[in-house]
Amino acid sequence: MGPTGKPTLAVWKFASCDGCQLTVLNCENELLALTDRVQIAYFPEAMRGQLEGPYDLSLVEGSITTAADAERIREVRRQSRFLVTIGACATSGGIQALRNFKDVTGFISAVYARPDYISTLEHSTAIADHVPVDFELRGCPIDRRQLLEVVSAFLAGRRPNIAAHSVCIECKRRGTVCVMVAHGTPCLGPVTQAGCGALCPTFARGCYGCFGPMEEPNTSSLAGHLRQLDMLDRDVARAFRTFNANAPAFRKEADAHDT
Amino acid sequence: MTHERRLTVEGLARVEGEGGLEVTVRDGKAISMTLDIYEPPRFFEALLRGRSFREAPDITSRICGICPIAYQMSAVQAMEDACGVTVGPQIEALRRLIYCGEWIESHALHVYLLHAPDFLGYESGIALAQDHPKEVERGLRLKQVGNRLIEVIGGRSVHPVNERVGGFHRSLRKDELNDLAEDLRWALDAAIETARWVGRFAFPDYERDYEFVSLTHPSLYPIIEGRLASSRGLDIAVREYEDHFVEEHVARSTALHSHIKGRGSYLVGPLARYALNFARLSPLAQKTAAEAGLSEVCRNPFQSIVVRAVEIVYACEEALRLIEAYEPPDPAYVEVEPKAAVGSGCTEAPRGILYQRYQIDANGDILEAKIVPPTSQNQRAIEEDLGGVVERSLDLDDDALRVRAEQTIRNYDPCISCATHFLTLQVHRE
Repeated sequence: MGPTGKPTLAVWKFASCDGCQLTVLNCENELLALTDRVQIAYFPEAMRGQLEGPYDLSLVEGSITTAADAERIREVRRQSRFLVTIGACATSGGIQALRNFKDVTGFISAVYARPDYISTLEHSTAIADHVPVDFELRGCPIDRRQLLEVVSAFLAGRRPNIAAHSVCIECKRRGTVCVMVAHGTPCLGPVTQAGCGALCPTFARGCYGCFGPMEEPNTSSLAGHLRQLDMLDRDVARAFRTFNANAPAFRKEADAHDT
Repeated sequence: MTHERRLTVEGLARVEGEGGLEVTVRDGKAISMTLDIYEPPRFFEALLRGRSFREAPDITSRICGICPIAYQMSAVQAMEDACGVTVGPQIEALRRLIYCGEWIESHALHVYLLHAPDFLGYESGIALAQDHPKEVERGLRLKQVGNRLIEVIGGRSVHPVNERVGGFHRSLRKDELNDLAEDLRWALDAAIETARWVGRFAFPDYERDYEFVSLTHPSLYPIIEGRLASSRGLDIAVREYEDHFVEEHVARSTALHSHIKGRGSYLVGPLARYALNFARLSPLAQKTAAEAGLSEVCRNPFQSIVVRAVEIVYACEEALRLIEAYEPPDPAYVEVEPKAAVGSGCTEAPRGILYQRYQIDANGDILEAKIVPPTSQNQRAIEEDLGGVVERSLDLDDDALRVRAEQTIRNYDPCISCATHFLTLQVHRE
């Protein structure tokens, strides 16, 4: 509890685009109501100053890519009663985990003229690879309604009600015609966790997997269908290797097609 | 006897990303100013290599959650330039419309939640809301109108999904846009109120003769169109960008600094767009600017908050005009066949010009990528402002000086996440 007697909330950033913590500020209708219920103790993107820990709930955005950050996340864990990761970077390493499949030295010299000024780890890794995590919220970016559910659940002392089924279920619920069956559009919906509201198919494109693998995904079966849609192996590898490239199920399927 | 004073801020707040600053003043002169960017590097230009040219808009949008549309638009322009494709006026109009949403959302976020608290003495927009609930609620609703415009066209406001090389995945029906018009009419009035509100703030007395750089266009206030121009006579096509602008890598920073060859620092963003394109603003935006105390050129960076409010007015009016004139693109996109070529794109992100250049092969694989975000272009100008402002504010105590220095940086709405490829203020007084 903070000095006001309200539970305290801290928002932490590691390697990321800020889009998931922006989602906190994008709760325009709920933001001021939320700050009536919780004391925001640390949120540098939105405020100066910081209340001393420990914190009741920490939201962690971003992946671990430097030795200093690997140390900092341990301190965040020590200071947090509950630690929830928000988004694909914190949950699976993010788009920057594409470096995990290449030689990082080559990456540094491709971007920076003076590689000797840069300190970085070889791999971009999820928060759970470093410290115990109480809940992982998926998405690149996270969904605003799911974020409010997770924060409400932890404040109420219950488990968040977040479905682990596939995007296909959301398409069926919305009555969206299957883009793969009807139009032969490659779609990762059958293996991707729901949460976005099946956005891409409603915009006539296939799901590109930004919420990461669902529970028990049959990626090899889907990969077979994608090959039948005339996708080359390298295109299948690319499809699985995006914003959740380092999530085990997607990593394995991409590796199987990386020829 | 020399008198030296050093000011340090670690972990700058109310900016997007991680950075700090350090200023050292000796005998009343700023002898060193650094904006440290310690945001961890993410190597976008490297990880784009070997990916398909069609993936560039989705991948580059992940550079920044606040201005993903800017990344998507500059990327698709570059790919269409490489492949020799032009999209029709309907697609251009829908692109301009969704981009108006990003200007409204990003500017409203900065004006109300990040920058206004500096002028009124609060640590956050949330603290500001305790005493000024009406204003903050107006700001949040304004931000929501911008976000909703993006959601209707793009599916979601952070990393929208509808943009593609050649146009959009799906066209929007006219009736899908109609609901937005009522919100935008409210937002237009709210934006005018915003300009009146911020126009009454107390602005530190500080002006500088910047070289302003922005896109310019004969008839439109620039968003996604035009040539690159500066207040000192530069007038070039986008593809000539790298002949005139260079990036260099400085120690202690994961961002690259830019300068104009043979001259030095320059400034991009709202002040530059406004100074170079005042005549292309709508009469209502011009009138709002005059009533908020602006002349046709504004050289006080602290007044950038007023210019942002004027640009919200413009973006709301422009969005209303585009919705009124909307004709759905049919088809929603132009087929783009890859060819071995180099292409470049440049659009006006809320923080200023965002340039991208790609080399692709005949299969559409990306061989090389270059991305120059607005914040790294402004970094030198920010450091020069820091020195100038601190020199004029030495009568302030350390805490007040630190707040003033941070405010100087927030004038730029810096996006450190973008620049990585930004900041801790340390003031050393010795």
